[in-house]
Amino acid sequence: MAIRERLSGNEAVAYAIRQINPDVMPAFPITPSTEIPQYVANYIANGKIDTEFIPVESEHSAMSAAIGASAAGARAVTATSSCGMALMWEELYVAASDRLPVVLALVNRALSGPININADHSDSMGARDSGWIQIYAESNQEAYDNFLQAYPIAEHASVRLPVMICQDGFITSHGVENIQLLEDDKVREFVGEYMPAHYLLHEKEPMAVGPYAVSAYYMETKRAQREAMKNARQVILETAARFESLTGRKYGFFEEYRMEDADYVIVLIGSAAGTCKAAIDEIRSATGQKVGLLKIRVFRPFPEEELANALRDKKAIAVLDRSEMFAATGGPLGAEVRAALYSAGSRAEVVNYFYGLGGRDITVDDFKEVYAKLERLARTHERTDMYTYIGLRER
Amino acid sequence: MANGMETAYNFKEVMSRTERLAPGHRMCAGCGGTVAVRAVLRALRPEDKAVVGNATGCLEVSSFMYPYTAYEDSYIHNAFENAGATLSGVETAYRVLKKKGKIKENFKFITFGGDGGTYDIGFQSLSGAMERGHDMVYVCYDNGAYMNTGTQRSSATPQFADTTTTPAGTASEGKVQVRKDLTAIMAQHHIPYAAQTTFTANFRDLHEKAQKAIYTPGAAFLNVMSPCPRGWGYDPSELMNICKLAVETCYWPLYEVVDGKWILNYEPKNKLPIEEFLRPQKRFGHLFKPGREELIGLFQAEVDKRWEELQNRCAAKQ
Repeated sequence: MAIRERLSGNEAVAYAIRQINPDVMPAFPITPSTEIPQYVANYIANGKIDTEFIPVESEHSAMSAAIGASAAGARAVTATSSCGMALMWEELYVAASDRLPVVLALVNRALSGPININADHSDSMGARDSGWIQIYAESNQEAYDNFLQAYPIAEHASVRLPVMICQDGFITSHGVENIQLLEDDKVREFVGEYMPAHYLLHEKEPMAVGPYAVSAYYMETKRAQREAMKNARQVILETAARFESLTGRKYGFFEEYRMEDADYVIVLIGSAAGTCKAAIDEIRSATGQKVGLLKIRVFRPFPEEELANALRDKKAIAVLDRSEMFAATGGPLGAEVRAALYSAGSRAEVVNYFYGLGGRDITVDDFKEVYAKLERLARTHERTDMYTYIGLRER
Repeated sequence: MANGMETAYNFKEVMSRTERLAPGHRMCAGCGGTVAVRAVLRALRPEDKAVVGNATGCLEVSSFMYPYTAYEDSYIHNAFENAGATLSGVETAYRVLKKKGKIKENFKFITFGGDGGTYDIGFQSLSGAMERGHDMVYVCYDNGAYMNTGTQRSSATPQFADTTTTPAGTASEGKVQVRKDLTAIMAQHHIPYAAQTTFTANFRDLHEKAQKAIYTPGAAFLNVMSPCPRGWGYDPSELMNICKLAVETCYWPLYEVVDGKWILNYEPKNKLPIEEFLRPQKRFGHLFKPGREELIGLFQAEVDKRWEELQNRCAAKQ
């Protein structure tokens, strides 16, 4: 029987960590992810888990220690946000190239400057090329469910890559919502024991980690990471299927909301999906206009083919980015979605808007306006604003 | 004896132990770094396993070039500035896995970093690891500059040294600042063991300190002056002599801080003038041109000041 509770996203992830009982958690405080290590430290202080907490002196050291612990043969976890992830930057690449199944609970927050503590995706989107699997949540329930699936994906023999489980700062991390939790024994059975084949503390077989690789070898390590990322697609789907049979909750690379007959589609990532769904329901019941949403769950590996198949025959698509990339064109999600559609030979009209930077609200009315623009674009084919900001102050 | 020193030093026995750093690595002839690594690893009990850590630097790029490793033990290199944090993760994993019964054997944790990776970019990571008290040894092989990238100054570089970022020239006398006293800084972390040493007197001082550092429970720091023939400009065969002069001039005193007690391990009977240490090194060549006597005087004054400070610390009622 599922346990019914009311938890914030941070509480839900901390609850999942308690249930998984990982070996080592190095972490450093930063808003809004701080609560996760706090809850874990409390579990440890009250004998609820065996995890060793390392109160490191920076996020760079948090990821460095996680890498050390994971290479040593332990299951490692850490949590951070924003500038904390930026400080880990170098180490994200090392974790991925060392093929270490570290899991990072990322609470998305805008990068400085100016300093801002609220949600956007500039932190994780900046790390999109680091070799980490990236899975995003709309709600606390999804953050919890995604976290439970993280280690089975990361540690799979054909993958062995680090995974970041992302949720939107404050909106999800601090918003208390109803949630269904699994029993501890079911979680432990689902996640399983970590049994690495090679690790530093192997008593019979020493191992060396982190070599200097000259040009004759470096490229093959990248190819191996690329293959692992390709393999991750299948493992993500298998893990989701196993999770569905346990919980009845279905996950894939993305969620399609009222997409079957949709002509006008918004593509986005994260908590804004809830507001978008409300707008869709209102539009459909008020005007009957065929509007839908495609919410990305897995951004790395990028589900190019599946995404193109879901979108190729739509009339008009707005890809909404919650982070800038200062190309003076669009954002990272927009660029990849449009590339996928081009490869698939789609003739759909596509625009790429920015929203919610630094925690700026996006409302039902904002979404209605986007759908109205899509309808106009599909009708007139006048591409007047390919790239624009939603909800920008005029003064 | 205390701190894991089971038996008196036996040079022949120690030197005949199996090497844990295999030959075939690519370090330079006359390099102090590898001598330091071999000497420290010799202090491990032969039956103990170890995980060796390493900051990015000459040692790392020359001893673990894929697909070859020179280490007989498990080894991890992560990046330049995080050898302390990385090994603290390994050591923590060991404690958990041992508690869970997944590991039976004893492992010791030793990480090596050059002075760039230790005094400068890795200082925060080192300080954090020591403050948290991980049961590990951080060994700095201090060659007084960023040698891997071609002898740029570090905070361990002595004053007036000619480096590629503090070149001596018509308007420069080399590095302006005096060197950071890292061993004292680490001692002030109130860790159970901090010491500095180099290659002298049949390696006895280094061996005993490495043994104490490895087998004292908790965090330990060992600073090993490890000359670099390319950066310092001496003949490779002169390595041991340079070390001897560093000690006899009191440029690099041998001392240890055991549970807060400062102990001077060697006092030269006849303290040599600093010129003896400076003269054989090309990096100080400009100090011996006519009219620069004052600079050598300044160098001598700094050595004297620090030597006196150390003597006071070691003599103080503790």
